[in-house]
Amino acid sequence: MTRGLIPLLLLATLLLALLSLSTGPVALSPLQGLKALLLGGDGPLPVILRAIRLPRTLLAVMIGGSLGLSGAALQGYLRNPLAEPGVIGISGAAALGAVLAIQTGLAALFALALPLAALGGALIAVLVLLGMSGRRAGSLTLILSGIAISALTGAATSLVLNLSPNPFATSEIVFWMMGSLADRSMSHVWLAAPFMALGLILFLPVGRGLEALTLGEDAAASLGIALPALRLRIVLGTACMVGAGTAVAGSIGFVGLVVPHLLRPLVGARPGRLLWASMLGGAVMVLAADVAVRLILPDRDLKLGVLTALIGAPFFLHLVWATRRERA
Amino acid sequence: MSLLSCRNLAVTLRDRVIFEEVSLDLAPGELVGLIGPNGAGKTTLMRAILGLLPHGGSSSLAALSPGARALKAAWMPQARDIAWPVRVEDLVALGRLPHRARPAQDHAAIEAALDRMGLQRLRHRRATRLSGGEQARVLLARALAQEAPVLLADEPIAGLDPEHQIATMTALRMLADEGRGVILSLHDLGLAARHCTRLILLAEGQLLADGPPEEVLSPGLVARAFRITAYRADTPNGPVFQPLTTL
Repeated sequence: MTRGLIPLLLLATLLLALLSLSTGPVALSPLQGLKALLLGGDGPLPVILRAIRLPRTLLAVMIGGSLGLSGAALQGYLRNPLAEPGVIGISGAAALGAVLAIQTGLAALFALALPLAALGGALIAVLVLLGMSGRRAGSLTLILSGIAISALTGAATSLVLNLSPNPFATSEIVFWMMGSLADRSMSHVWLAAPFMALGLILFLPVGRGLEALTLGEDAAASLGIALPALRLRIVLGTACMVGAGTAVAGSIGFVGLVVPHLLRPLVGARPGRLLWASMLGGAVMVLAADVAVRLILPDRDLKLGVLTALIGAPFFLHLVWATRRERA
Repeated sequence: MSLLSCRNLAVTLRDRVIFEEVSLDLAPGELVGLIGPNGAGKTTLMRAILGLLPHGGSSSLAALSPGARALKAAWMPQARDIAWPVRVEDLVALGRLPHRARPAQDHAAIEAALDRMGLQRLRHRRATRLSGGEQARVLLARALAQEAPVLLADEPIAGLDPEHQIATMTALRMLADEGRGVILSLHDLGLAARHCTRLILLAEGQLLADGPPEEVLSPGLVARAFRITAYRADTPNGPVFQPLTTL
């Protein structure tokens, strides 16, 4: 089971990516889609594939992978199955940056103003987070600071909506916050890609440390794990990946929570192995959800974040139920 | 040749002096019992020896880099943290993290640790589903799999049944007899008297006594440090030490 998991998830990612490329108002088979994408040709098909569906599919893979990977890393570091990228306040701060850009009209000035403002928000949150949890602070300080930042950015976002004199901006903000991959272009991909690549590089060596943390912070330190460096990598990696994801697609909830939880039993609960399985699992889940929003209500623009939360929240309840039973 | 050496170790936490001027060495073959009343600083002393908290004075282990120290000394903390429902053998394998060894070497170390702690029967079970005493043995096996010359264990036998208390002390003694050095903290003075080669008594913010069990467990020192009286005897079955009344 464990050995075949990664190839299986890779295969699922590839198949769903093909499905995502062939799903949309213009119906075509996966094979036709692949042909138009790779070989080009005459007519509108290559343009549709390359300018509309390819960025959408790439972003689904990138954002899903980011959420799954950083969710697994945070759960491993905090040793808490209820942790997710939102818990350390990064996505909330990125959303606030985006909301301010929409409200002030900055977002209308040039195409990437909104995602850049969101990245700025994420950056500020990281600086506060790192300032709060100094060298000797433990994981509890990180989680408490994160909750405070989440609450603060949530309140500030509400304040903007509350005082907004412009109903158009208000509705745009509300829709943006629901999270979606519709109408994204390759420029969004190129904006997010370097940050996500940086995040991925930061996450590459954390598996060893997360495995050791199974035994608690003191035992991990005695096994030669430098905990401050591990925390720095995880906070910065999450900020890069989730900040960039929120910047280009809004908030997509519950993926980072549910995917690690789902896959944990399949990797023998080992936090190091879970990282990469969870990255692929996140890509699978967001791809599937993004295909689903196009199939369920093709002409109503069902928001991706709404669907992931609709599936995710009952799952969360199941998780709470299961842990309650285990402790009883 | 000493495995570790501390000079004038001192720890002050939140303006409270926990202990000062603690100097000790550990030689191969020693099973050292660290005893002392609650709050005397036994855990703090072991963490200071490892360099896991800020301290004054010097410790040869604390002077090493974290990676080099992990090859020199294994540490079993008192808190029995097992965060995820991993299998027993996977948990024991975590002791191999500091090594860059061949898989065969890792495998041999893990098997040896499982054998020593009598865990072969439990190796495929989820560690979080075991009883507290079983978890303590699994965590000690993890520290053994690290195969470091020095082992520091914080109350490894607390919560174990009598059979496994004796079995664990015997296993630790075998480890010492094979040439490693072990320091463990414990409250069972009877087991300390029977199995340890040397006792260290930490009380009143200092190293009150350091020597063979029969010297350290003298009526005067026991009364001063623990405020108890005790029955002591040398029997054909080895030394017996039984606390009797409080003072």
